[in-house]
Amino acid sequence: MNTFQIVFYLFALIVIISAMGVVFSRKLMYSAFSLLFTFFGVAGIYALLNADFLAVVQIMIYVGGILVLIIFGVMLTTKITDVDMISGKTGKWVYLGASIVSLSVLTLLLYMFNTVNWNLPGATAIYHDSSLDALGTVLLTKYVLTFLVAAILLLIAFIGAALIARKGN
Amino acid sequence: MEIGLTHFLIISGILFSLGLFGIATRKNAIMVLMSMELILNSANINFIAFSRFGGFNMEGQIAALFVIILAAAEVAVALAIVLNIYQNYHHVNVDEINKLKG
Repeated sequence: MNTFQIVFYLFALIVIISAMGVVFSRKLMYSAFSLLFTFFGVAGIYALLNADFLAVVQIMIYVGGILVLIIFGVMLTTKITDVDMISGKTGKWVYLGASIVSLSVLTLLLYMFNTVNWNLPGATAIYHDSSLDALGTVLLTKYVLTFLVAAILLLIAFIGAALIARKGN
Repeated sequence: MEIGLTHFLIISGILFSLGLFGIATRKNAIMVLMSMELILNSANINFIAFSRFGGFNMEGQIAALFVIILAAAEVAVALAIVLNIYQNYHHVNVDEINKLKG
C-alpha cells in the first residue's frame, strides 16, 4: 500500500463517516459541525485529484462562507432557550421509504460505476504544475461569458437575499 | 489495488445517496439545505474525477467551480427565505409550511 492509497482511504473514511454524521445525528449543531469535516475531506479528495485550486476554493467558500451561513441559520431559526435544537421526527413509513429509495439509488449508481466503459483516453500526460494557470487561461478565454454571467448572478442573488431577509418589508 | 476513477465515483455515489436520504427524512429546512450541499459536493467530486482521469482537461474543474458559485448563491437566498418563514411561522418544518400567502 503506497502513500497515495493510504491518504485516499483516510479522506474517503473522513468524508463518509462525517456525511453519515450529518444525515443521522439528531441535533442540528452536530450536523453542522459534521458538515465541516465532510467539506474538509472533500477538499482533500480534490487535492488528490490534482485540483489544488479547487481544494483551496472548497475550503474558502464552503467552510468559510456556506458553513458559517448555515450555522447562523441554525442559530437564528431556533429559540436559544429551547433545549431541543433537534430536527423533528418524521414518520416511520417516510423513513422506510427513504431508506429503500436511497439504497436502491446507491446500488444502481455503484452497479453503473463498476460496469460502464467510460472510453477514457489511455495514457494521460502527467500534470506537474499547479492547475491554477491552466484554469485561469480556460476561464478567461473559452468560458469568459459564463464567468461574467456567474458574477452577475452572484451579485443579484446576494442583493436579493439581503432584500428578502430584511426585517419588516 | 491502484486507485482509479471508480474509487472516486463510489465515494460520490455514497455521498449522493446519503444526501438523498437526508432530504427525504428531515423536517427542518436547514437540514434539507445541508443534505443538498452533500449532493452538490458529490456532483463536484464526479466532475473533478472525470477531469483528472479524462486526460487532464480543465473543463471538469471549470464546471465544478461554477457549481460552487451556484451553491453559494443558492444557500444565501435559501437562508433568507428560511429566516422569513421563521418570522411568520416560528418554526421551519418544511412539511407544515403549506400557505402561499400567510
